[in-house]
Amino acid sequence: MALLEIQDLHASVDGHEILKGVNLTVNAGEVHSIMGPNGSGKSTLAAVLARRETYEVTGGRVLLDGKDLLEMKPEDAAREGVFLAFQYPVEIPGIGNAYFLRSALNAIRKHRGEDELDAMDFLPVYKEHMKLLEMDDKLMNRSVNEGFSGGEKKRNEILQMAVLQPKLAILDETDSGLDIDALRIVAQGVNAMRSPDRSFLVITHYQRLLDYIATDFVHVLVDGKIVRSGGPELALELEDKGYGSAEADAQAALSA
Amino acid sequence: MATVTGKPNRYLEAYGELIAERRERDPVWLRQLREDAWTRFHAKGFPTTHDEDWRFTNLAAMEKIPFKRAVKGSVAVSANEIEAFRVPGAACQLVFVNGYFAPELSELGRLPKGLEICSLVGAIDCGMVGIAPEGCASDGIEQHLGRYADVRRDVFTALNSALWEDGAYVRIRRGANLSQPIHLLYVSAGAGAEIMTHPRTLIVAEPTCRAAVIEDYVSLGSEAAFSNAVTELVAGQDAVVSHYLVERENLAAFNVSTLRLEMARGANVSSHSILLGGGLVRNNVHPVLSGDGAECLINGLFVGAGSQHLDNYMLVEHAQPQCSSRQFYNGILDGSARGVFHGRIVVHKDAQKTDAKQTNRNLLLSDNARIDTKPQLEIYADDVKCTHGATIGQIEEEQLFYLRSRGIDEVSARNTLLYAFAAECLDRMQEPAAREFAEGLIRERISELARNRKAVAPAAPVEEEVQRWEEVR
Repeated sequence: MALLEIQDLHASVDGHEILKGVNLTVNAGEVHSIMGPNGSGKSTLAAVLARRETYEVTGGRVLLDGKDLLEMKPEDAAREGVFLAFQYPVEIPGIGNAYFLRSALNAIRKHRGEDELDAMDFLPVYKEHMKLLEMDDKLMNRSVNEGFSGGEKKRNEILQMAVLQPKLAILDETDSGLDIDALRIVAQGVNAMRSPDRSFLVITHYQRLLDYIATDFVHVLVDGKIVRSGGPELALELEDKGYGSAEADAQAALSA
Repeated sequence: MATVTGKPNRYLEAYGELIAERRERDPVWLRQLREDAWTRFHAKGFPTTHDEDWRFTNLAAMEKIPFKRAVKGSVAVSANEIEAFRVPGAACQLVFVNGYFAPELSELGRLPKGLEICSLVGAIDCGMVGIAPEGCASDGIEQHLGRYADVRRDVFTALNSALWEDGAYVRIRRGANLSQPIHLLYVSAGAGAEIMTHPRTLIVAEPTCRAAVIEDYVSLGSEAAFSNAVTELVAGQDAVVSHYLVERENLAAFNVSTLRLEMARGANVSSHSILLGGGLVRNNVHPVLSGDGAECLINGLFVGAGSQHLDNYMLVEHAQPQCSSRQFYNGILDGSARGVFHGRIVVHKDAQKTDAKQTNRNLLLSDNARIDTKPQLEIYADDVKCTHGATIGQIEEEQLFYLRSRGIDEVSARNTLLYAFAAECLDRMQEPAAREFAEGLIRERISELARNRKAVAPAAPVEEEVQRWEEVR
């Protein structure tokens, strides 16, 4: 069954239409990559799926596990299993990393009817994941993302994802600003989480992330629409020819 | 010169009564202090908004209420009622009800070594008759009382100096290291009447001692009360002293408090103000760094909702070289609450190498909330470093979304962000017991704000109004 079904999705920001009819179906266990030039609507798509309220949905439907995602508030979407790894993770002074993540996990567990975890139960899990992501223990009690390097922020996103165990993980340009070592660690974190009941939407500008994360499908988003879809080979082709060709091909296909 | 406007007679009446009551007991110097102060108050009257220092705070509502002196012992307060206000981990607690010392409600057993504490009037009366019961030491009072708080500068100080009935006298002996805070609890309990009190506190911290004092204002009942407090804190050479002001009275209360800090060479004094309650609050903090190398921290949080008016007036005087002062005030205002931060720094001619910094950050949670923030630097020395900055903003949508995108509901997310902003002041508090006490109060107040907001539909995103400035001279 499709985990995520996007049908003719239109969305705008401040009255400007950014998404102009996106269609996409993601089955459980699949990894889909969305590629496209800057300004094509990739991050808008991610934000709409995470239910950011500053993005206005003007048309279409999105079903998550058969439920209407567009009816959900951000916290409801998160509790139903949507996770967005931010392109620019937000700094939140005064709120400890571990405290924040435990609150989030407990909100989700409560929603699922599971017992909440106290600090004693939570910390070993948290520390274990930190180790896997080669993160410094000291970051645990620091404020959320405050004073973190770019790489630390991105790893922190993956850490949160690993602890929260979402059904649908959306990675919004997680590779941007990462050096090759950090990229490898982040990709390992993602790969370790692949499972038959978890899907990924990997949004990226560059093909290089896909050297590390094996993708099942690649979609090209141009000007608010998916203009081409294919297998992993499409990413390599884009790397060679650039987005211009994908767009031109699509135009040609339309006018043919 | 203006005369006292509104109903001057109540204050004159109160003064007449008090003078008659104290005729036999006040020593000559004290009678003189009261008289000078009264003359000053009577000549000047309450300030209006034409007065630059009171531009943002209108006292008309206060002047309309016929506040009266409480009759001593007229309102019975039980130990049970006081229990809720105790500070866990305090070394001792002095309780005042409607301005009068209540020994039966106070906890003064097992005082730590080097601490002398008693009611101010008790100490003076003991000194007058020449018998000083244990813990009651009058020496030092004449030397310090009224020597720092200036009746000419401020009419509320003048009114207090004329009309004070009682308050705490705290003396920390040279070198004493008090690990637990001293709790001074001032209770307004009108029991149907509108009471005014003028609590007077004197804290003498002798050289090299270490101590913390919590001055705490609370109400029993919902009547309006007028508390006009003056505290003089004298920090001797290399003394390390923290003063905590907690305002948690009811929303009908008027509270004007003046903290005058006198700091000798190398003294390190922190003033922490936590304003959570009160209808109209004016918080004056006036440190004078009058010894080389003194350091002062002025840390504050004010949280207002409804129609609360919270006015903070800082006057930091650098009188000697090599001193440093740090001011950090955070404000949170909801509903139609109004806040004022007036940060005045005066660097005198001799105060070379002064390092003074001031930061005021504010969160406005509603369209009707308002903050007036006003820095004022007066620098008469040429080799100094002074910076100031202020921000006014709202809860950041980005942070809110980040928390919500992880599954945290909107009310909790707001609560968390507000608390984090409010809690910045906690990091600057060194005494664990005082800090925990403050933390509990702040947490409770912030959840109250968040709960109240729950009923209100979320406001449409408003264009963020941010004002920033940074100036270095």
